[in-house]
Amino acid sequence: MALSGLFLIFFLLQHLTINFTSVFSPETFNELSHFMGTNFVVQAILQPVLAFGVFFHLAMGIRLELMNRKARPVKYAYSKPGANSSWVSRNMIITGITVLLFLALHFYDFWIPELKIKYVDGLMDDTTRYYPELLHKFENPVRVGLYVLSFVFLALHLLHGFQSAFQSMGARHKKYTPIIEKLGTAYAVLVPFGFIVIAIYHFVAH
Amino acid sequence: MSAEKGLNLTLKVWRQKNSKDKGGIETYQVSNISPDSSFLEMIDILNEQLIGEGKEPVAFDHDCREGICGSCSMYINGQAHGPGRAITTCQLHMREFKDGETIYIEPWRAGAFPVIKDLMVDRSAFDRIMASGGFVSVNTSGNTQDANAIPIEKVNADMAFDAATCIGCGACVASCKNASAMLFVSAKVSQFSLLPQGQTEAKQRAINMVNQMDEEGFGNCTNTGACAVECPKEISLENIARMNREYLSASVAKE
Repeated sequence: MALSGLFLIFFLLQHLTINFTSVFSPETFNELSHFMGTNFVVQAILQPVLAFGVFFHLAMGIRLELMNRKARPVKYAYSKPGANSSWVSRNMIITGITVLLFLALHFYDFWIPELKIKYVDGLMDDTTRYYPELLHKFENPVRVGLYVLSFVFLALHLLHGFQSAFQSMGARHKKYTPIIEKLGTAYAVLVPFGFIVIAIYHFVAH
Repeated sequence: MSAEKGLNLTLKVWRQKNSKDKGGIETYQVSNISPDSSFLEMIDILNEQLIGEGKEPVAFDHDCREGICGSCSMYINGQAHGPGRAITTCQLHMREFKDGETIYIEPWRAGAFPVIKDLMVDRSAFDRIMASGGFVSVNTSGNTQDANAIPIEKVNADMAFDAATCIGCGACVASCKNASAMLFVSAKVSQFSLLPQGQTEAKQRAINMVNQMDEEGFGNCTNTGACAVECPKEISLENIARMNREYLSASVAKE
């Protein structure tokens, strides 16, 4: 969970960086998107690695949840979990499944149309289509709302996930752990917020 | 202590005849309980009352009644060892409760801790984990060296001692939403691996104890931190990270 989680955290930062260029330079966004969509290394190596990373993370997450549920067959009649742990740390499965549902929407919105455009319609060499496609996605207020909501859940997931990944791998240190925790909180808030800003910016500005 | 100051309480207690019985919550009333009495003394009073009524008293584990043996194991009002930090149930005082309050009392809940009767659970899974590696193989009996002959960093000695204060009560398992025993096992791994005598077998120990823990059916750690908050000896999550490190490096290096 930890390794795949850290890998996805790294991926998310790269994804945000590229998406964010759409706010200030449609040309840069088009160029980067075209590079990502057509470069051999990205498409043939990095993309399958990412797909595996996502699948591994969700499969292991679900397996972990099922094993952990089995470990307590009889539940407490009265339990006060809020007294000793945070909601985000206890509900990774809920925030995780919400992010997974968003991924389904993302596939429907992006990945499937992308495959169709590239391989069915034969528009592989079109270098200017990406920005208008992005704008088109953020015209619908319901979709923007769903995006915003999904990223709030992603933030909740990351609030625990970031620092938890380090703890699981044994990376704990009196001096560095407080820094990792602060960095994790900053990442969990800023990165999803960045995606939210992009969605709202294009919805409002265009 | 005047009678006016005594507490009148409603107790919702888990009753279960044996491990096969389905069990259920029974409601009892106790009155005029001194706020200065301990939680276990309050249960003693309830039991005397039950015996007087010709009913079966509530079975519960207890021994030293001063927070060092780790026997008492009640899940009180949704928390292991009840409200309050760094205490066992026997160190919990009735002054923590209000007059007229309803108190839920349940046994530790975990598949690896089956209920024996009422509030007593079988914690022998912990013994089997210890037997799988929680020791130093060299026999030191009769020919022990002077402790000062081996230089040990003060910081390490302190951390090993802190880990060794674990009394194996099982509150970590009871509090964890996954019924994970990681805090207990990591404390037992750490108390050895931080000292020269235990370092020789550190890698094998981590693997053996973690494997036994999994075999017993405890859940996995998801780092909620509930265990460390509820631990009567305030065992730190640092121990879990240390065990993860040792387990990881031992697994990679294993032939």
